[in-house]
Amino acid sequence: MANTRLRTATLGATAAAALLALTACSSSGNTTASSSATASTPAAGSASASASPAITGKVIVFAAASLKNTFTQFGKEFEAAHPGTTVTFNFGGSDTLAASIVSGAPADVFASASTATMATVTKAGDNAAAPVNFAKNSLEIAVVPGNPKGITTLQQLSSSSVKVALCAKTVPCGAAAVKALAAAKVTVTPVTYEQDVTSALTKVELKEVDAALVYRTDVQGSKGKVVGVDFPAAQQAVTSYPIAPLTHATNSAAAAAFTAFVLSAPAEQELAAAGFQAP
Amino acid sequence: MTGRHLPADDVISSAPTRRGRPWRRRRAGAVPVALLLPAVVGLAFLVLPLVGLLVRAPWSGMGSVLGDGTVWPALRLSLITATAATAVSLLLGVPMAWLLARTEFPGRSLLRTLVTVPLVMPPVVGGVALLLVFGRNGLVGRWLDSAFGITLPFTTAGVVVAEAFVAMPFLVLSVEGALRGADSRYEEAAATLGASRFTAFRRVTLPLVAPGIAAGSVLAWARALGEFGATITFAGNFPGTTQTMPLAVYLALQDDPATAIALSLVLLVVSVLVLVGLRGRWTGGPA
Repeated sequence: MANTRLRTATLGATAAAALLALTACSSSGNTTASSSATASTPAAGSASASASPAITGKVIVFAAASLKNTFTQFGKEFEAAHPGTTVTFNFGGSDTLAASIVSGAPADVFASASTATMATVTKAGDNAAAPVNFAKNSLEIAVVPGNPKGITTLQQLSSSSVKVALCAKTVPCGAAAVKALAAAKVTVTPVTYEQDVTSALTKVELKEVDAALVYRTDVQGSKGKVVGVDFPAAQQAVTSYPIAPLTHATNSAAAAAFTAFVLSAPAEQELAAAGFQAP
Repeated sequence: MTGRHLPADDVISSAPTRRGRPWRRRRAGAVPVALLLPAVVGLAFLVLPLVGLLVRAPWSGMGSVLGDGTVWPALRLSLITATAATAVSLLLGVPMAWLLARTEFPGRSLLRTLVTVPLVMPPVVGGVALLLVFGRNGLVGRWLDSAFGITLPFTTAGVVVAEAFVAMPFLVLSVEGALRGADSRYEEAAATLGASRFTAFRRVTLPLVAPGIAAGSVLAWARALGEFGATITFAGNFPGTTQTMPLAVYLALQDDPATAIALSLVLLVVSVLVLVGLRGRWTGGPA
């Protein structure tokens, strides 16, 4: 079963790679061509980015939905630091984004909410530089302000009187939830497996469910609409956020510069303020 | 549409047998290129994505996908909920269409516009709107919960509600169109013969617009079967109770595109079979 899945997944990836080879007008072997084209590692990239003032044009950043608030801010700051640039974002589930990048979606930078989804892109040969982790995130129990059900532990979520929303196992927040619940040896039967963390959060905000397992940053980003309850097992399911410029970037200089910007110290401070932990 | 429900005068001239071939007459003359070319391009445009699915389908892994245990509950749920949503649409939509087509009242055109709102609304927005009304804390949902202990979100009934919401306008619009096209003099004749308006509706109007109702039902059913956004937003996603095929396909797409393609094919094959089967039986059109 796992074997077939892997096989079919590779099959899909190869087919997608073939498709890319067709669409991209670059001649031979995109992987080798790209690695030589962008000879700079992200660290070197940051140095050259600040040195060369020639960064201009459009940068398209595909970023995990949980990065929306911080990255929107980053976009504004980047545009201010490099006049003449415009940063366009596509926020979504990391897997969806990875799938669309692998199938040839026009993207310059990919910031994922899991190393696994980034690996799909790396495997397809779409990363122009090795991915670098720029933040970490962990889960919290999101409840409405006032915590009407009095939820203080993960164990309480297994009660049948508590309606719980979890992310689907195929999306990073769901995978993290599975890991955390396993670590805590708690079995939770949710009423729904949500397609992404935002939908799970919305279900809490609208009081359709009593609790959801979401990222700390989502709780922080909700601006008081939900409050978070910490639980020890969350530390067993920490997610890393990698970022990488992409092979098919139409604007590879700006892509490298934006990647370097996200990895810079001021950006890290902003990430910390949004509830992310240092990588 | 084919006219065989009407005791029309051309029956005498056109068909020696009732199911004869009056249409052959219409085929006289060559097909104009100006019509043929766009038609063929349009057909290719609609069919090519299906070809894409067939080409990319993981035929060797098909068995393991079908034996996975997520397919059948999802497919069963999809068929049941789409059919239930069509039934709800028929029950509420046909009278609504009649009201729109056969009565005069102030604000009727506004009402017709309102009926089409779910068509233009992105389904996810529709789902949120449904939550705000029928959710546990919704305008109506709160009352349903406290009075009857009924909560719709995260239940199969919730799936039906979401699907009916997006599918009903298709039925209402087709039936209304059929009613406008039908000659109201038959109803007037029934009235002069003493039939009440409801009897005339039941005995004269309904049979008259049956093909329109059938076509509308098929449209509504197909729309309900493919419904994704409103369903996942309003009813959530839980295997067996609210995870319909489109939801299963979407979530499979997240980590395993090959499985998603296989699931899509299953849904397509089943829906095409059902639609072909229905076309021959109900609408009387050439299958």
